[in-house]
Amino acid sequence: MITMENVCKSYKVAKRNAGFKAACKAFFHREYEIINALSDVSFTINDGEMVGYIGPNGAGKSSTIKILSGILTPDSGTVLVDGRIPYQDRINHVSNIGVVFGQRSQLWWDVPVIDSFELLRDIYSIPGNLYKNNVEELTELLGLQELLRSPARQLSLGQRMRCEIAASLIHSPKILFLDEPTIGLDAVSKIAVREFIKKQNELHGTTVILTTHDMQDIEALSKRIILVGKGKILLDGSLEEIKKGNANIDETVAELYRSFEI
Amino acid sequence: MRKYLAFFRLRFTMGLQYRTAAIAGMTTQFAWGFMQIMIYKAFYETQPDAFPMTFSATTSYIWLQQAFLALFDAWMMETEIFDSILNGNIAYELCRPIRIYNMWFSRSLANRISRAALRCLPILLIAVFLPYPYGISAPVSVIHFMLFSMTLVLGLLVTVAFCMLIYGLTFLTISPQGLRIMFTSMVELFAGAVIPLPFFPEKVQKIMEILPFAAMQNVALRIYSGSMSATEMEKAVLLQVIWLIILTSGGSLLCRYAEKKITVQGG
Repeated sequence: MITMENVCKSYKVAKRNAGFKAACKAFFHREYEIINALSDVSFTINDGEMVGYIGPNGAGKSSTIKILSGILTPDSGTVLVDGRIPYQDRINHVSNIGVVFGQRSQLWWDVPVIDSFELLRDIYSIPGNLYKNNVEELTELLGLQELLRSPARQLSLGQRMRCEIAASLIHSPKILFLDEPTIGLDAVSKIAVREFIKKQNELHGTTVILTTHDMQDIEALSKRIILVGKGKILLDGSLEEIKKGNANIDETVAELYRSFEI
Repeated sequence: MRKYLAFFRLRFTMGLQYRTAAIAGMTTQFAWGFMQIMIYKAFYETQPDAFPMTFSATTSYIWLQQAFLALFDAWMMETEIFDSILNGNIAYELCRPIRIYNMWFSRSLANRISRAALRCLPILLIAVFLPYPYGISAPVSVIHFMLFSMTLVLGLLVTVAFCMLIYGLTFLTISPQGLRIMFTSMVELFAGAVIPLPFFPEKVQKIMEILPFAAMQNVALRIYSGSMSATEMEKAVLLQVIWLIILTSGGSLLCRYAEKKITVQGG
Protein backbone atom coordinates (compact mmCIF):
# COMPACT_ATOMS: atom_id res chain seq x y z
CA MET A 1 0.00 0.00 0.00
CA ILE A 2 1.18 3.49 -0.84
CA THR A 3 0.15 6.49 1.21
CA MET A 4 1.13 10.12 0.86
CA GLU A 5 -0.15 12.56 3.44
CA ASN A 6 0.17 16.32 3.20
CA VAL A 7 3.37 16.10 1.22
CA CYS A 8 5.01 19.38 0.23
CA LYS A 9 8.10 19.87 -1.91
CA SER A 10 9.53 23.14 -3.14
CA TYR A 11 12.48 24.03 -5.35
CA LYS A 12 14.62 27.12 -5.34
CA VAL A 13 14.92 28.42 -8.88
CA ALA A 14 17.37 31.13 -9.92
CA LYS A 15 15.66 33.73 -12.09
CA ARG A 16 16.91 36.64 -14.11
CA ASN A 17 15.87 38.73 -17.08
CA ALA A 18 17.27 38.17 -20.54
CA GLY A 19 20.48 39.77 -21.70
CA PHE A 20 24.03 40.55 -20.77
CA LYS A 21 23.25 43.29 -18.25
CA ALA A 22 20.91 41.07 -16.29
CA ALA A 23 23.52 38.28 -16.35
CA CYS A 24 26.15 40.64 -14.89
CA LYS A 25 23.76 41.76 -12.21
CA ALA A 26 22.91 38.16 -11.36
CA PHE A 27 26.61 37.44 -10.93
CA PHE A 28 26.65 39.61 -7.83
CA HIS A 29 23.12 39.37 -6.67
CA ARG A 30 21.06 36.34 -7.50
CA GLU A 31 17.33 36.32 -7.25
CA TYR A 32 15.62 33.14 -6.31
CA GLU A 33 12.05 32.14 -6.50
CA ILE A 34 10.55 29.34 -4.47
CA ILE A 35 8.47 27.09 -6.69
CA ASN A 36 6.03 24.81 -4.91
CA ALA A 37 6.20 21.64 -6.93
CA LEU A 38 3.90 19.83 -4.52
CA SER A 39 1.71 21.41 -1.92
CA ASP A 40 -0.32 19.31 0.43
CA VAL A 41 -0.60 16.18 -1.69
CA SER A 42 -2.41 13.21 -0.14
CA PHE A 43 -3.59 9.93 -1.63
CA THR A 44 -3.70 6.20 -0.96
CA ILE A 45 -3.11 3.47 -3.49
CA ASN A 46 -3.88 -0.17 -2.70
CA ASP A 47 -1.93 -3.24 -3.71
CA GLY A 48 -2.54 -4.34 -7.28
CA GLU A 49 -4.10 -1.07 -8.39
CA MET A 50 -3.22 0.63 -11.68
CA VAL A 51 -3.37 4.36 -11.32
CA GLY A 52 -2.95 7.00 -13.98
CA TYR A 53 -1.32 10.10 -12.60
CA ILE A 54 -2.03 12.92 -15.02
CA GLY A 55 -1.65 16.66 -15.24
CA PRO A 56 -0.14 19.33 -17.47
CA ASN A 57 3.62 19.87 -17.75
CA GLY A 58 5.18 21.09 -14.53
CA ALA A 59 2.24 19.92 -12.43
CA GLY A 60 4.41 17.87 -10.07
CA LYS A 61 3.99 14.40 -11.52
CA SER A 62 7.66 13.56 -11.79
CA SER A 63 8.37 15.04 -8.38
CA THR A 64 5.80 12.70 -6.88
CA ILE A 65 7.36 9.69 -8.61
CA LYS A 66 10.80 10.74 -7.42
CA ILE A 67 9.63 11.10 -3.84
CA LEU A 68 7.90 7.73 -3.97
CA SER A 69 11.03 6.09 -5.32
CA GLY A 70 13.24 7.57 -2.60
CA ILE A 71 15.26 9.91 -4.79
CA LEU A 72 13.92 13.19 -3.43
CA THR A 73 13.20 14.10 0.17
CA PRO A 74 9.93 15.97 0.71
CA ASP A 75 9.96 19.21 2.74
CA SER A 76 7.11 18.02 4.94
CA GLY A 77 4.41 15.38 5.15
CA THR A 78 4.57 11.62 5.45
CA VAL A 79 5.19 9.05 2.77
CA LEU A 80 4.79 5.32 3.33
CA VAL A 81 5.27 2.62 0.73
CA ASP A 82 4.58 -0.87 2.09
CA GLY A 83 5.47 0.45 5.54
CA ARG A 84 8.78 1.98 4.45
CA ILE A 85 9.72 5.63 4.31
CA PRO A 86 11.37 5.76 0.88
CA TYR A 87 13.87 8.57 1.41
CA GLN A 88 15.02 7.33 4.82
CA ASP A 89 15.30 3.69 3.94
CA ARG A 90 16.37 4.14 0.33
CA ILE A 91 18.45 1.02 -0.21
CA ASN A 92 15.92 -1.33 1.33
CA HIS A 93 13.07 0.46 -0.42
CA VAL A 94 14.42 0.46 -3.96
CA SER A 95 15.08 -3.27 -4.02
CA ASN A 96 11.29 -3.73 -3.95
CA ILE A 97 10.27 -1.24 -6.60
CA GLY A 98 10.85 -0.81 -10.31
CA VAL A 99 11.07 2.59 -11.98
CA VAL A 100 11.06 3.66 -15.61
CA PHE A 101 11.90 7.25 -16.51
CA GLY A 102 10.77 7.58 -20.09
CA GLN A 103 13.22 10.32 -20.95
CA ARG A 104 16.30 8.77 -19.39
CA SER A 105 18.29 5.63 -19.95
CA GLN A 106 19.49 3.04 -17.50
CA LEU A 107 21.14 0.75 -20.04
CA TRP A 108 24.88 0.94 -20.46
CA TRP A 109 25.45 2.69 -23.72
CA ASP A 110 28.37 0.82 -25.25
CA VAL A 111 27.70 -2.77 -24.20
CA PRO A 112 25.04 -5.29 -25.27
CA VAL A 113 21.74 -4.99 -23.42
CA ILE A 114 22.18 -8.41 -21.87
CA ASP A 115 25.29 -7.14 -20.06
CA SER A 116 23.22 -4.41 -18.42
CA PHE A 117 20.69 -7.05 -17.39
CA GLU A 118 23.40 -9.18 -15.83
CA LEU A 119 24.68 -6.21 -13.91
CA LEU A 120 21.16 -5.65 -12.57
CA ARG A 121 20.99 -9.34 -11.61
CA ASP A 122 24.04 -8.89 -9.41
CA ILE A 123 22.99 -5.51 -8.03
CA TYR A 124 19.60 -6.83 -6.93
CA SER A 125 21.06 -10.23 -5.96
CA ILE A 126 18.46 -12.07 -8.04
CA PRO A 127 18.79 -15.87 -7.69
CA GLY A 128 19.94 -17.59 -10.90
CA ASN A 129 16.70 -19.45 -11.65
CA LEU A 130 14.47 -16.47 -11.05
CA TYR A 131 16.68 -14.33 -13.26
CA LYS A 132 16.54 -16.87 -16.05
CA ASN A 133 12.77 -17.18 -15.85
CA ASN A 134 12.27 -13.43 -15.72
CA VAL A 135 14.51 -12.78 -18.70
CA GLU A 136 12.72 -15.49 -20.68
CA GLU A 137 9.33 -14.09 -19.78
CA LEU A 138 10.27 -10.48 -20.51
CA THR A 139 11.94 -11.45 -23.79
CA GLU A 140 8.83 -13.29 -24.84
CA LEU A 141 6.36 -10.58 -23.84
CA LEU A 142 8.32 -7.60 -25.10
CA GLY A 143 9.83 -9.26 -28.17
CA LEU A 144 13.45 -8.72 -27.21
CA GLN A 145 14.99 -11.81 -28.87
CA GLU A 146 16.86 -9.83 -31.49
CA LEU A 147 17.75 -6.92 -29.24
CA LEU A 148 19.54 -8.41 -26.27
CA ARG A 149 22.86 -8.91 -28.00
CA SER A 150 23.11 -5.44 -29.57
CA PRO A 151 24.66 -2.48 -27.77
CA ALA A 152 22.11 -0.02 -26.39
CA ARG A 153 23.46 2.80 -28.54
CA GLN A 154 22.42 1.01 -31.73
CA LEU A 155 18.80 0.44 -30.75
CA SER A 156 15.97 2.66 -31.91
CA LEU A 157 14.01 4.59 -29.29
CA GLY A 158 11.13 2.11 -29.27
CA GLN A 159 13.43 -0.90 -29.08
CA ARG A 160 15.40 0.70 -26.31
CA MET A 161 12.31 1.60 -24.34
CA ARG A 162 11.17 -2.03 -24.43
CA CYS A 163 14.56 -3.02 -23.05
CA GLU A 164 14.36 -0.26 -20.43
CA ILE A 165 11.01 -1.54 -19.21
CA ALA A 166 12.34 -5.08 -19.08
CA ALA A 167 15.35 -3.84 -17.11
CA SER A 168 13.08 -2.22 -14.54
CA LEU A 169 11.16 -5.44 -14.02
CA ILE A 170 13.97 -7.92 -13.94
CA HIS A 171 13.97 -8.13 -10.13
CA SER A 172 10.18 -8.78 -10.05
CA PRO A 173 9.26 -5.63 -8.10
CA LYS A 174 5.88 -5.45 -6.37
CA ILE A 175 5.44 -1.81 -7.31
CA LEU A 176 6.18 -0.22 -10.65
CA PHE A 177 6.51 3.51 -11.25
CA LEU A 178 6.34 4.54 -14.87
CA ASP A 179 7.19 8.13 -15.71
CA GLU A 180 6.06 8.65 -19.29
CA PRO A 181 6.92 5.16 -20.54
CA THR A 182 5.42 5.66 -24.00
CA ILE A 183 7.06 9.00 -24.81
CA GLY A 184 8.14 9.08 -28.45
CA LEU A 185 7.04 5.55 -29.32
CA ASP A 186 5.30 4.49 -32.52
CA ALA A 187 1.84 2.92 -32.45
CA VAL A 188 3.09 -0.66 -32.49
CA SER A 189 5.53 -0.18 -29.65
CA LYS A 190 2.97 1.76 -27.63
CA ILE A 191 0.47 -1.04 -27.87
CA ALA A 192 3.12 -3.62 -27.04
CA VAL A 193 4.15 -1.66 -23.96
CA ARG A 194 0.55 -1.19 -22.82
CA GLU A 195 -0.29 -4.85 -23.29
CA PHE A 196 2.77 -5.77 -21.38
CA ILE A 197 2.03 -3.52 -18.42
CA LYS A 198 -1.49 -4.89 -18.28
CA LYS A 199 -0.20 -8.45 -18.26
CA GLN A 200 2.27 -7.72 -15.49
CA ASN A 201 -0.57 -6.42 -13.38
CA GLU A 202 -2.78 -9.42 -14.09
CA LEU A 203 -0.08 -12.07 -13.76
CA HIS A 204 1.86 -10.75 -10.78
CA GLY A 205 -0.53 -8.29 -9.15
CA THR A 206 2.03 -5.52 -9.63
CA THR A 207 0.88 -2.12 -8.40
CA VAL A 208 1.40 0.36 -11.24
CA ILE A 209 1.55 4.12 -11.08
CA LEU A 210 1.80 5.70 -14.47
CA THR A 211 2.33 9.28 -15.53
CA THR A 212 1.71 10.17 -19.15
CA HIS A 213 0.42 12.76 -21.52
CA ASP A 214 -1.00 10.11 -23.78
CA MET A 215 -4.60 9.68 -22.77
CA GLN A 216 -4.90 6.46 -24.71
CA ASP A 217 -2.39 5.00 -22.26
CA ILE A 218 -4.68 5.93 -19.42
CA GLU A 219 -7.74 4.67 -21.22
CA ALA A 220 -6.10 1.33 -21.92
CA LEU A 221 -4.53 0.83 -18.54
CA SER A 222 -6.02 2.50 -15.54
CA LYS A 223 -9.44 2.59 -14.05
CA ARG A 224 -8.48 5.20 -11.53
CA ILE A 225 -6.94 8.54 -12.33
CA ILE A 226 -5.44 11.20 -10.12
CA LEU A 227 -5.26 14.65 -11.65
CA VAL A 228 -2.63 17.09 -10.39
CA GLY A 229 -2.13 20.71 -11.31
CA LYS A 230 0.11 23.36 -9.79
CA GLY A 231 1.20 20.88 -7.16
CA LYS A 232 -2.26 20.08 -5.86
CA ILE A 233 -4.52 17.09 -6.30
CA LEU A 234 -7.57 18.30 -8.15
CA LEU A 235 -9.40 15.11 -8.79
CA ASP A 236 -9.19 11.49 -7.74
CA GLY A 237 -11.68 9.19 -9.35
CA SER A 238 -12.51 6.82 -12.13
CA LEU A 239 -12.27 7.52 -15.81
CA GLU A 240 -16.00 6.97 -16.32
CA GLU A 241 -16.80 9.69 -13.83
CA ILE A 242 -15.11 12.42 -15.82
CA LYS A 243 -16.05 11.16 -19.23
CA LYS A 244 -19.26 12.67 -20.54
CA GLY A 245 -21.03 10.34 -22.91
CA ASN A 246 -18.99 9.49 -25.94
CA ALA A 247 -16.62 12.43 -25.83
CA ASN A 248 -13.08 11.83 -26.98
CA ILE A 249 -10.71 11.20 -24.08
CA ASP A 250 -8.27 13.94 -25.15
CA GLU A 251 -11.08 16.49 -25.30
CA THR A 252 -12.41 15.37 -21.96
CA VAL A 253 -9.05 15.91 -20.34
CA ALA A 254 -8.46 19.24 -22.09
CA GLU A 255 -11.87 20.34 -20.85
CA LEU A 256 -10.89 19.19 -17.37
CA TYR A 257 -7.63 21.19 -17.45
CA ARG A 258 -9.55 24.25 -18.58
CA SER A 259 -12.16 23.93 -15.88
CA PHE A 260 -9.45 23.84 -13.20
CA GLU A 261 -7.57 26.66 -14.92
CA ILE A 262 -4.29 24.77 -15.05
CA MET B 1 30.63 -7.27 -2.36
CA ARG B 2 29.31 -9.17 -5.37
CA LYS B 3 27.40 -6.08 -6.44
CA TYR B 4 30.56 -4.05 -6.61
CA LEU B 5 32.44 -6.79 -8.39
CA ALA B 6 29.68 -6.82 -10.99
CA PHE B 7 30.18 -3.12 -11.57
CA PHE B 8 33.88 -3.64 -11.77
CA ARG B 9 33.50 -6.46 -14.26
CA LEU B 10 31.16 -4.59 -16.58
CA ARG B 11 33.24 -1.42 -16.57
CA PHE B 12 36.38 -3.46 -17.13
CA THR B 13 35.02 -5.36 -20.14
CA MET B 14 33.62 -2.12 -21.49
CA GLY B 15 37.03 -0.47 -21.24
CA LEU B 16 38.65 -3.33 -23.13
CA GLN B 17 36.62 -2.73 -26.25
CA TYR B 18 38.07 0.69 -27.07
CA ARG B 19 41.00 -0.57 -29.16
CA THR B 20 41.73 2.55 -31.19
CA ALA B 21 41.85 4.66 -28.05
CA ALA B 22 44.36 2.23 -26.57
CA ILE B 23 46.64 2.35 -29.61
CA ALA B 24 46.44 6.13 -29.81
CA GLY B 25 47.14 6.41 -26.10
CA MET B 26 50.14 4.13 -26.33
CA THR B 27 51.63 6.09 -29.22
CA THR B 28 51.27 9.33 -27.32
CA GLN B 29 52.85 7.85 -24.26
CA PHE B 30 55.84 6.54 -26.22
CA ALA B 31 56.40 9.91 -27.84
CA TRP B 32 56.01 11.67 -24.52
CA GLY B 33 58.38 9.28 -22.75
CA PHE B 34 61.10 9.70 -25.38
CA MET B 35 60.75 13.45 -25.37
CA GLN B 36 61.10 13.66 -21.60
CA ILE B 37 64.14 11.40 -21.62
CA MET B 38 65.83 13.57 -24.27
CA ILE B 39 65.27 16.68 -22.16
CA TYR B 40 66.61 15.04 -19.02
CA LYS B 41 69.59 13.70 -20.95
CA ALA B 42 70.54 17.23 -21.97
CA PHE B 43 70.32 18.39 -18.35
CA TYR B 44 72.21 15.40 -16.95
CA GLU B 45 75.03 15.84 -19.48
CA THR B 46 75.71 19.36 -18.29
CA GLN B 47 75.98 18.48 -14.60
CA PRO B 48 75.11 14.91 -13.59
CA ASP B 49 75.91 15.32 -9.86
CA ALA B 50 73.45 18.18 -9.44
CA PHE B 51 70.53 15.74 -9.66
CA PRO B 52 68.84 13.96 -6.75
CA MET B 53 68.21 10.80 -8.81
CA THR B 54 70.56 8.95 -11.15
CA PHE B 55 69.80 9.20 -14.86
CA SER B 56 68.79 5.55 -15.09
CA ALA B 57 66.49 5.94 -12.06
CA THR B 58 64.87 8.90 -13.79
CA THR B 59 64.33 6.99 -17.04
CA SER B 60 62.79 4.07 -15.12
CA TYR B 61 60.54 6.58 -13.37
CA ILE B 62 59.44 8.05 -16.70
CA TRP B 63 58.71 4.70 -18.39
CA LEU B 64 56.78 3.35 -15.43
CA GLN B 65 54.87 6.59 -15.28
CA GLN B 66 53.94 6.33 -18.96
CA ALA B 67 53.05 2.64 -18.69
CA PHE B 68 50.76 3.17 -15.70
CA LEU B 69 49.50 6.62 -16.73
CA ALA B 70 45.89 5.42 -16.76
CA LEU B 71 46.09 4.44 -13.09
CA PHE B 72 47.07 7.85 -11.82
CA ASP B 73 46.02 10.49 -14.27
CA ALA B 74 43.76 12.98 -12.57
CA TRP B 75 42.17 14.34 -15.72
CA MET B 76 41.03 10.86 -16.65
CA MET B 77 37.85 11.00 -14.64
CA GLU B 78 34.60 9.28 -15.45
CA THR B 79 32.71 11.60 -17.77
CA GLU B 80 29.67 9.37 -17.40
CA ILE B 81 29.49 10.18 -13.70
CA PHE B 82 29.63 13.92 -14.38
CA ASP B 83 27.06 13.53 -17.12
CA SER B 84 24.69 11.59 -14.91
CA ILE B 85 24.77 14.40 -12.35
CA LEU B 86 24.45 17.13 -14.98
CA ASN B 87 21.62 15.65 -17.00
CA GLY B 88 19.81 13.93 -14.17
CA ASN B 89 20.44 10.30 -15.10
CA ILE B 90 21.58 9.97 -11.50
CA ALA B 91 17.87 9.37 -10.85
CA TYR B 92 18.31 5.82 -12.10
CA GLU B 93 21.42 5.22 -10.04
CA LEU B 94 19.57 6.32 -6.93
CA CYS B 95 16.96 3.65 -7.71
CA ARG B 96 19.48 0.89 -7.09
CA PRO B 97 19.94 -0.87 -3.78
CA ILE B 98 23.56 0.16 -3.61
CA ARG B 99 25.60 2.98 -2.07
CA ILE B 100 26.41 5.63 -4.64
CA TYR B 101 29.93 6.09 -3.27
CA ASN B 102 30.84 2.42 -3.47
CA MET B 103 29.27 2.05 -6.89
CA TRP B 104 31.24 4.92 -8.36
CA PHE B 105 34.41 3.87 -6.60
CA SER B 106 34.37 0.40 -8.12
CA ARG B 107 33.46 1.84 -11.48
CA SER B 108 36.35 4.31 -11.56
CA LEU B 109 38.75 1.69 -10.30
CA ALA B 110 37.72 -0.70 -13.07
CA ASN B 111 37.98 1.99 -15.69
CA ARG B 112 41.52 2.84 -14.70
CA ILE B 113 42.66 -0.75 -14.45
CA SER B 114 41.17 -1.70 -17.81
CA ARG B 115 42.85 1.22 -19.51
CA ALA B 116 46.17 0.45 -17.89
CA ALA B 117 45.87 -3.26 -18.73
CA LEU B 118 45.60 -2.47 -22.42
CA ARG B 119 48.45 -0.01 -22.45
CA CYS B 120 51.10 -1.03 -19.95
CA LEU B 121 52.47 -4.29 -21.39
CA PRO B 122 53.69 -3.01 -24.79
CA ILE B 123 55.25 0.05 -23.19
CA LEU B 124 56.98 -1.96 -20.47
CA LEU B 125 58.16 -4.59 -22.94
CA ILE B 126 59.78 -2.08 -25.26
CA ALA B 127 61.22 -0.02 -22.41
CA VAL B 128 62.86 -3.14 -20.95
CA PHE B 129 64.73 -3.78 -24.19
CA LEU B 130 65.94 -0.21 -24.63
CA PRO B 131 69.73 0.08 -24.08
CA TYR B 132 70.93 1.19 -20.64
CA PRO B 133 70.43 3.93 -19.33
CA TYR B 134 67.46 4.82 -21.56
CA GLY B 135 65.13 1.97 -20.67
CA ILE B 136 63.70 0.49 -17.48
CA SER B 137 66.34 -1.10 -15.30
CA ALA B 138 65.54 -4.15 -13.17
CA PRO B 139 64.15 -3.31 -9.70
CA VAL B 140 66.83 -2.82 -7.05
CA SER B 141 65.79 -5.94 -5.12
CA VAL B 142 62.92 -8.41 -4.81
CA ILE B 143 61.73 -6.57 -1.71
CA HIS B 144 61.72 -3.31 -3.62
CA PHE B 145 59.65 -4.90 -6.33
CA MET B 146 57.11 -6.20 -3.82
CA LEU B 147 56.90 -2.82 -2.15
CA PHE B 148 56.52 -1.25 -5.57
CA SER B 149 53.51 -3.45 -6.37
CA MET B 150 51.92 -2.74 -3.01
CA THR B 151 52.37 1.03 -3.17
CA LEU B 152 51.16 1.03 -6.78
CA VAL B 153 47.83 -0.39 -5.60
CA LEU B 154 47.68 1.98 -2.63
CA GLY B 155 48.47 4.92 -4.89
CA LEU B 156 45.72 3.90 -7.29
CA LEU B 157 43.21 3.73 -4.43
CA VAL B 158 44.27 7.17 -3.17
CA THR B 159 43.87 8.62 -6.68
CA VAL B 160 40.38 7.16 -7.08
CA ALA B 161 39.38 8.32 -3.59
CA PHE B 162 40.54 11.81 -4.47
CA CYS B 163 38.51 11.84 -7.69
CA MET B 164 35.49 10.67 -5.68
CA LEU B 165 35.73 13.91 -3.69
CA ILE B 166 35.41 15.85 -6.93
CA TYR B 167 32.39 13.80 -8.03
CA GLY B 168 30.84 14.48 -4.63
CA LEU B 169 31.47 18.21 -4.90
CA THR B 170 29.89 18.24 -8.36
CA PHE B 171 26.59 17.39 -6.69
CA LEU B 172 26.72 20.74 -4.96
CA THR B 173 27.59 22.88 -7.99
CA ILE B 174 25.93 23.29 -11.35
CA SER B 175 28.96 22.54 -13.50
CA PRO B 176 32.08 20.53 -12.59
CA GLN B 177 34.41 22.32 -15.06
CA GLY B 178 35.97 24.78 -12.63
CA LEU B 179 36.57 22.20 -9.92
CA ARG B 180 38.01 19.76 -12.39
CA ILE B 181 40.51 22.16 -13.88
CA MET B 182 41.68 23.37 -10.49
CA PHE B 183 42.11 19.93 -8.98
CA THR B 184 43.67 18.29 -12.02
CA SER B 185 46.36 20.94 -12.32
CA MET B 186 47.06 20.62 -8.61
CA VAL B 187 47.38 16.85 -8.88
CA GLU B 188 49.64 17.05 -11.95
CA LEU B 189 52.09 19.30 -10.22
CA PHE B 190 52.02 18.00 -6.66
CA ALA B 191 51.89 14.29 -7.49
CA GLY B 192 55.10 14.35 -9.46
CA ALA B 193 53.48 13.91 -12.86
CA VAL B 194 55.28 16.89 -14.40
CA ILE B 195 58.65 16.36 -12.73
CA PRO B 196 59.49 13.87 -9.95
CA LEU B 197 59.13 15.34 -6.45
CA PRO B 198 62.87 15.02 -5.54
CA PHE B 199 63.59 17.61 -8.26
CA PHE B 200 61.79 20.30 -6.27
CA PRO B 201 63.72 22.52 -3.81
CA GLU B 202 64.16 20.73 -0.50
CA LYS B 203 61.87 22.95 1.57
CA VAL B 204 59.02 22.79 -0.93
CA GLN B 205 59.53 19.06 -1.27
CA LYS B 206 59.13 18.56 2.48
CA ILE B 207 55.65 20.06 2.40
CA MET B 208 54.71 18.32 -0.83
CA GLU B 209 55.55 14.92 0.56
CA ILE B 210 52.95 15.20 3.31
CA LEU B 211 50.13 16.16 0.93
CA PRO B 212 47.73 13.50 -0.40
CA PHE B 213 49.06 14.06 -3.92
CA ALA B 214 52.43 12.55 -2.97
CA ALA B 215 50.58 9.39 -1.93
CA MET B 216 49.53 8.75 -5.53
CA GLN B 217 52.15 7.76 -8.13
CA ASN B 218 55.20 9.26 -6.43
CA VAL B 219 55.77 6.47 -3.89
CA ALA B 220 55.61 3.46 -6.18
CA LEU B 221 57.68 4.97 -8.98
CA ARG B 222 60.45 6.07 -6.65
CA ILE B 223 60.56 2.84 -4.68
CA TYR B 224 61.08 0.84 -7.88
CA SER B 225 64.17 2.74 -8.86
CA GLY B 226 65.52 2.63 -5.31
CA SER B 227 65.58 6.37 -4.74
CA MET B 228 63.95 6.17 -1.29
CA SER B 229 65.65 5.12 1.94
CA ALA B 230 64.07 2.52 4.24
CA THR B 231 62.76 5.13 6.68
CA GLU B 232 61.43 7.26 3.82
CA MET B 233 59.58 4.26 2.43
CA GLU B 234 58.05 3.46 5.80
CA LYS B 235 56.82 7.00 6.19
CA ALA B 236 55.49 7.14 2.63
CA VAL B 237 53.49 3.92 2.94
CA LEU B 238 52.04 5.05 6.27
CA LEU B 239 51.00 8.36 4.70
CA GLN B 240 49.35 6.51 1.83
CA VAL B 241 47.26 4.48 4.26
CA ILE B 242 46.35 7.55 6.31
CA TRP B 243 45.33 9.56 3.25
CA LEU B 244 43.34 6.64 1.89
CA ILE B 245 41.34 6.48 5.12
CA ILE B 246 40.80 10.24 5.28
CA LEU B 247 39.81 10.60 1.61
CA THR B 248 37.43 7.65 1.52
CA SER B 249 35.65 8.58 4.73
CA GLY B 250 35.47 12.25 3.72
CA GLY B 251 34.18 11.31 0.28
CA SER B 252 31.51 8.93 1.49
CA LEU B 253 30.26 11.48 4.05
CA LEU B 254 30.10 14.08 1.30
CA CYS B 255 28.16 11.69 -0.95
CA ARG B 256 25.64 10.92 1.77
CA TYR B 257 25.12 14.59 2.46
CA ALA B 258 24.70 15.29 -1.26
CA GLU B 259 22.22 12.43 -1.69
CA LYS B 260 19.92 14.11 0.82
CA LYS B 261 20.23 17.52 -0.78
CA ILE B 262 19.95 16.34 -4.33
CA THR B 263 17.76 17.89 -6.97
CA VAL B 264 17.52 15.99 -10.20
CA GLN B 265 18.39 18.35 -13.03
CA GLY B 266 16.39 18.40 -16.21
CA GLY B 267 12.96 17.32 -14.97
